[in-house]
Amino acid sequence: MTCHYARRYARLVTMSLKADPPTAPTPPAPPKDAPTPAPLADVTASDASLRRFLHGLPGVDAVGLEARAAALGTRSIKTTAKAYALDLAISMIDLTTLEGADTPGKVRALCAKGRNPDPTDRSTPPVAAICVYSDLVAVAREALAGSDVAVASVATAFPAGRAARAVKLADTAEAVAAGADEVDMVIDRGAFLAGRYLSVFEEIVAVRAACGDAHLKVILENGELATYDNIRRASWLAMLAGADFIKTSTGKVGVNATPANTLLMLQAVRDFRAATGRQIGVKPAGGIRTAKDAVKFLVLVNETAGPDWLSPTWFRFGASSLLNDLLMQRQKLGTGRYSGPDYVTVD
Amino acid sequence: MSEPLPVLKTYKLFVGGAFPRSESGRVYEVTDAKGQWLANAPLASRKDARDAVVAARKAFPRWSGATAYNRGQVLYRVAEMVQGRREQFRAEVAAGDGLSKSKAAAVVDAAIDRLVWYAGWSDKVAQVAGGANPVAGPYFNLSTPEPTGVVAVLAPGGSSLLGLVSVLAPVLTTGNVAVVVASERAPLPALSLAEALATSDVPGGVVNVLSGTTAELARPLAAHQDVNAIDLTGAEGELATELEVLAAENLKRVRRPDPAEDFASAPGTDRLLGFLETKTVWHPTGV
Repeated sequence: MTCHYARRYARLVTMSLKADPPTAPTPPAPPKDAPTPAPLADVTASDASLRRFLHGLPGVDAVGLEARAAALGTRSIKTTAKAYALDLAISMIDLTTLEGADTPGKVRALCAKGRNPDPTDRSTPPVAAICVYSDLVAVAREALAGSDVAVASVATAFPAGRAARAVKLADTAEAVAAGADEVDMVIDRGAFLAGRYLSVFEEIVAVRAACGDAHLKVILENGELATYDNIRRASWLAMLAGADFIKTSTGKVGVNATPANTLLMLQAVRDFRAATGRQIGVKPAGGIRTAKDAVKFLVLVNETAGPDWLSPTWFRFGASSLLNDLLMQRQKLGTGRYSGPDYVTVD
Repeated sequence: MSEPLPVLKTYKLFVGGAFPRSESGRVYEVTDAKGQWLANAPLASRKDARDAVVAARKAFPRWSGATAYNRGQVLYRVAEMVQGRREQFRAEVAAGDGLSKSKAAAVVDAAIDRLVWYAGWSDKVAQVAGGANPVAGPYFNLSTPEPTGVVAVLAPGGSSLLGLVSVLAPVLTTGNVAVVVASERAPLPALSLAEALATSDVPGGVVNVLSGTTAELARPLAAHQDVNAIDLTGAEGELATELEVLAAENLKRVRRPDPAEDFASAPGTDRLLGFLETKTVWHPTGV
């Protein structure tokens, strides 16, 4: 499964490349004003070279990928390892509400839950972030004051991404100004599918600049990219453009995070670090509802990207109902009794 | 013309409207009263019990929200289905409970009668258990019985079909959903009844049937925080006491076993009223 395609191909597009072995410790992040890592700089010089690079990435063995994801899903995680995995998964959650009917009250309730997910057990870790629409960032910011929970905001005409670039940048700037620590942007899938890769790249770079100090998560919307090859290309495109995280999906289309497409993105971030020394996070979002699923994803992370990614800094779950199931499983481990939905909040 | 090859039946659990094997992959040998092998039945694990509770909880809003009339119709339909499979049930009951053919036939007929009897009760319970209460004020004060929720039913060990129907039907009639632990010694009629239930408009998950060791399945069910009541009919002595203690944690409604219970006699409304919660509302008369 270790196909160091980046290293292989990068040799073709750059003159020299001294890649770190995949197990190397995390090197320091490059400065913010140089989003494109030096070793692959010329890849993004023109539309043609970018296309040549992305289409030069090796094709994905779809059957092998799915078989690998399924095989890793059969690992049995029990007792202390399970307790560790449940707490880790809780601390990785971007607790999300992205509905037209979101009210300030609902966001405040969600923030309270994120700070202290299980009021009956104070040893439960807080979630990583609360993810809301940009107009509710200020409410979340206020409700989370004094806690370590970050505020994430979707931006750039989420979920479709069909708006003028000026609108998207303004949306991003608004979110950051309102206090968002993290921005979840969507790529322009229309441009990507039409083959205008440089346009997608430039848009991510522009949003990256508009983010300032905020972390940028780039949503690829795997469900609309149609093929695994496209997901691999979009992952590399987003990483080249300076994403801090690549995220599977918006949660608003039929196909969201699957083990297979998350595995593919984990391979991409692993190879990207090997090629450039820069570590990127991964965030599967949408459709992960049970603790069992979450633990399967953690197995994927450990076995693909490696234990360096097993932290909320580098791996997140975009989810809402997942938290309740994790809490119920946690209560079961603690008491030996199966818990029920009466013992967690209704969101 | 050679003898047709007999096709042996694979008995399976009934969870959420589907017929899965046990999650554990285990089976155990079911024998008749004389010790002759009859079939292999799934030996369910606590995880099967957990899955059954999840399925039951999911089915509860729809079943409890159905009109009482509709629930009665569905139960009557179950009786029709059992009637159609009478020969199969007779054979299974005769083998499982060690009865003669004629006695087994009488037991199956009694079970069908019992289903019809409880079907008729569905839209009458509210009139017996609820009503308008006289109060000293300008208010209507109305009490209505509501289903308790997910009920774990430990079916009696000795009466594999009539006993099972006698404990299951009253739970369903009033709008509860059930996780049934079949008789450990003779689970086959219960597993076949599940097939009748699956073909009679009972929504998936309303009844879930598990076969296996009663003690192994009853403990996690009694301790389960999302089970609202437990009928201990199939538990004996020490085990029943232990289950009561476990059930106390989340204040489950508990029905204690009566060792002398005779399922052939007229049931009365005792079980029918056992798994109900009374909701009382005050409403201004508006004079």
